Amino acid sequence: MSRPDTIQPRTVRARKAIVRAVVRSAQPVAEPLVAILLALLVGAVGITMFSGLLAGHSSFDIGLPAAAYLALLQGVASPNGFTSTLVYSTPLILAGLGVGLGFKAGLFNIGGRGQFLFGTVGAMAVASTVGVTQSSYITIPLALLAGALFGAAAGFIPGFLKATSGAHEVVTTIMLNYVFVFVTYWAISGPLVLPNAHQPITADVSDRNAALPIILGRDGNAGILLALVAVPIIWFLLYRTTLGFEIRSAGANADAARYGGMKTNRLIVLTMSIAGLMAGLAGATTLLGVVHQIAPGYDTTVGFDAITVALLGRSNPIGILFSGLLLGAMRAGSQSMQIQAGVPAELVDALQAIILVFLVVNALRRWLDRRAAKRGSTPSVGAEVAGSAEGVA
Amino acid sequence: MIDDAASGSAPALEMRGITKRYPGVVANDHIDLDVRRGEIHALLGENGAGKTTLMNVLYGLARPDEGRILMDGREAQIAGPSDAIARGISMVHQHFMLVPVLSVAENVILGAETMSNRVFVDRREASRRIAALAGRFGFDLDPDVKVGSLSVGQQQRVEILKALYRDARILVLDEPTAVLTPGETEEIFALLRRLAADGRSIVFISHKLYEVLEVADRITVIRRGRVIGERKPSETTEEELAELMVGREVELTVDRGVSHVGAPVLRVEGLRVADDRHHEVVPDATFEIRAGEILGVAGVAGNGQDELVQALIGLRRSLGGKVTLMGRDVTGLSPRRLNEAGVGYVPGDRHRFGLILAFPVYDNLILTSYYRAPFAHGLLRDDSAILESAAAQVERFDIRTPSARAATSTLSGGNQQKVVVAREFDRELKLLILDQPTRGLDVGSIEFIHRQIIAKRDAGTAVLLVSAELDEIMEMSDRITVMYRGRMVADLDGRTADKNAVGLLMATGGQEVAATQKEASA
Repeated sequence: MSRPDTIQPRTVRARKAIVRAVVRSAQPVAEPLVAILLALLVGAVGITMFSGLLAGHSSFDIGLPAAAYLALLQGVASPNGFTSTLVYSTPLILAGLGVGLGFKAGLFNIGGRGQFLFGTVGAMAVASTVGVTQSSYITIPLALLAGALFGAAAGFIPGFLKATSGAHEVVTTIMLNYVFVFVTYWAISGPLVLPNAHQPITADVSDRNAALPIILGRDGNAGILLALVAVPIIWFLLYRTTLGFEIRSAGANADAARYGGMKTNRLIVLTMSIAGLMAGLAGATTLLGVVHQIAPGYDTTVGFDAITVALLGRSNPIGILFSGLLLGAMRAGSQSMQIQAGVPAELVDALQAIILVFLVVNALRRWLDRRAAKRGSTPSVGAEVAGSAEGVA
Repeated sequence: MIDDAASGSAPALEMRGITKRYPGVVANDHIDLDVRRGEIHALLGENGAGKTTLMNVLYGLARPDEGRILMDGREAQIAGPSDAIARGISMVHQHFMLVPVLSVAENVILGAETMSNRVFVDRREASRRIAALAGRFGFDLDPDVKVGSLSVGQQQRVEILKALYRDARILVLDEPTAVLTPGETEEIFALLRRLAADGRSIVFISHKLYEVLEVADRITVIRRGRVIGERKPSETTEEELAELMVGREVELTVDRGVSHVGAPVLRVEGLRVADDRHHEVVPDATFEIRAGEILGVAGVAGNGQDELVQALIGLRRSLGGKVTLMGRDVTGLSPRRLNEAGVGYVPGDRHRFGLILAFPVYDNLILTSYYRAPFAHGLLRDDSAILESAAAQVERFDIRTPSARAATSTLSGGNQQKVVVAREFDRELKLLILDQPTRGLDVGSIEFIHRQIIAKRDAGTAVLLVSAELDEIMEMSDRITVMYRGRMVADLDGRTADKNAVGLLMATGGQEVAATQKEASA
């Protein structure tokens, strides 16, 4: 049998093997990176198109996107920028870990907003009672614990509803967000209101021995440490414990998990509670470390931003650490961008939204592909969105 | 090749030295294949031998690392499916690419619309052409009926019609009979013969020996990415083809040996089970399996077998009745409790209940035992123990995978099933429940799994074997029962039962057997 004349020398084959290995190891990071780059590109086009609306710029100012992004980077690179990147990232990482854990279990937790707020209420409740008489060594841990537990309770509800009645967590968490927004308003106008205040507002946690100590720069509070510690803890939970194995199994194939003897309903409740716990902790650290009091109209976008963080990090705790830092950095640099380049800080929201769109479109495409290829045995969209390929993790 | 030299014309399709490497495997290793005009050419090989990869190369879905493709003797560059279609190559996949809500005619013209002008599709012209094609090749299809309402066999004919509408000269069918009933298989074979007589070339991918012998003009056997041999059906036998395919002598029928039947292990009394829509599909299951005995449950799929098995394994709540295992009441126990009581299970749908495809092989091997020593200590996984045990099982059960760390989805179907078998068989079992354990597998894997089942039986395990493959039931069972509309309608000796009688029971449930026999004799 004659061999074809297209046979390749060994070196070419070796080189190809190396290229393949590099491509394979880069694959999990490639998709998020492409999404980020595309978002920056779309953002640049947007800045150019609307530059005429900005004071002091001609229309179609081609240089403006570069100036804006440079100002953003400079804002991050300054000493204060570094600290505020960490501060902004803290709740994103904490809540992002919770959302990512949900994705691993095949659950789409959109209730981060409500869980965050209820966690804030929990922490405030401790601060405004225990903090009156106790030192900060007692008040702060208790307040953080209360924030975590309140958040867990807020996550428990949709988990319990799903496990017992099959109510979809996307629907229940969205509805519960409104419930917790109003629970918060009620709390600050009733039980947690500052005595003699002229409006529904709570005490300042600094006056209640509950403010997190500053450990870095001007405003780098100790919450940063909590986020950094949470990353390896959640990673360990997912990949080194039997509970993590159960969570990942239930997310990747609930039927097989059931056959494997796992109590999938219990896992749903537990995972949603942990997700809520992380969001509640995000709320508590934000209260005790950043905002210090709950003022009228207090609300958060962390719950939703955490979804982007989890997606960008492909639900892997280490990925979430980096994506949380990235989104935090964008927030931290946005002021400098507005001041130096005149581009509104809200551009950062737009960039974040565009990243999300690219990620979701891609996840949806994968899910549809797989569904077309194999009917009946597909993981949920949630699991697919989470990049459920374990080889990746 | 002699014929071509004699006729002096180049084959319709030549693939020369096709090599395709994937990380860790060479899927195609210098494969040569030539297909003549008007020929049905079978590509025979085990799952994972490289048949599908080769056809993906032909269809432009995979780019070969080496090799070239010639059509009618001229070099053909095929960079994508559109190139392939333009050159008259069409593919009918195992999973149909049809739009259920569109009509037959609309599906056929989809992507190759005949336009009356820039905007509108010329439906009348399209319908006319479809009717002409259907008439010429004897398709029994109404062009205006919605595809969603057609049977699987009819949908497959729509796929073929689609290919013909694009004037396909080379038609590739990937395991076309896997989804068909025996009657539909006969019809599709007749159609393929008519197409070949029309001068079209057909590449027929299969791992079923008797089919290949029945329909093909020539057979190319590939194994582990290489062409092993080429045969004409008239010059070969099933035994020889199986040996070529697997690389060693294969026993197509297992030697079941002697059964040493012991005390009753499983006793099911009056078990009632409902399906997902709350219909009681198993009204009264009563049977017994003794140690060292295989009870075969024959029956057309959908007669309550799935529900019965799921109830026995703890995945489905029963409405009533009693299940005893070794004298102990195990009714309504969870899958885990049953597993701990010594019940093993090989599911019919391994992708749904058997495996988590996204997980590495080692995680699937501990799916039912991950929580206990040596794989876990308290809440902590012991990964070194898990990997060590996995490596040993991969070795012992001959699971072909680059490593136990590979994602299970990258394994061939036969090897995926071996993962399930390794997990379920590799311990002391009282009862083994097998639901279509060899569905969709190649001969080598089937032989392997059958041997493992016999070995378990000889070790004193009671075996419940549910299968829609009558041959499997006949070969393996000590006793045979037939499930018909949720009832077990027979209790036959596996060694003396008559296959036709069992087939008749499957079709009629036995009530009409007497009547049919009377008719036959009359």
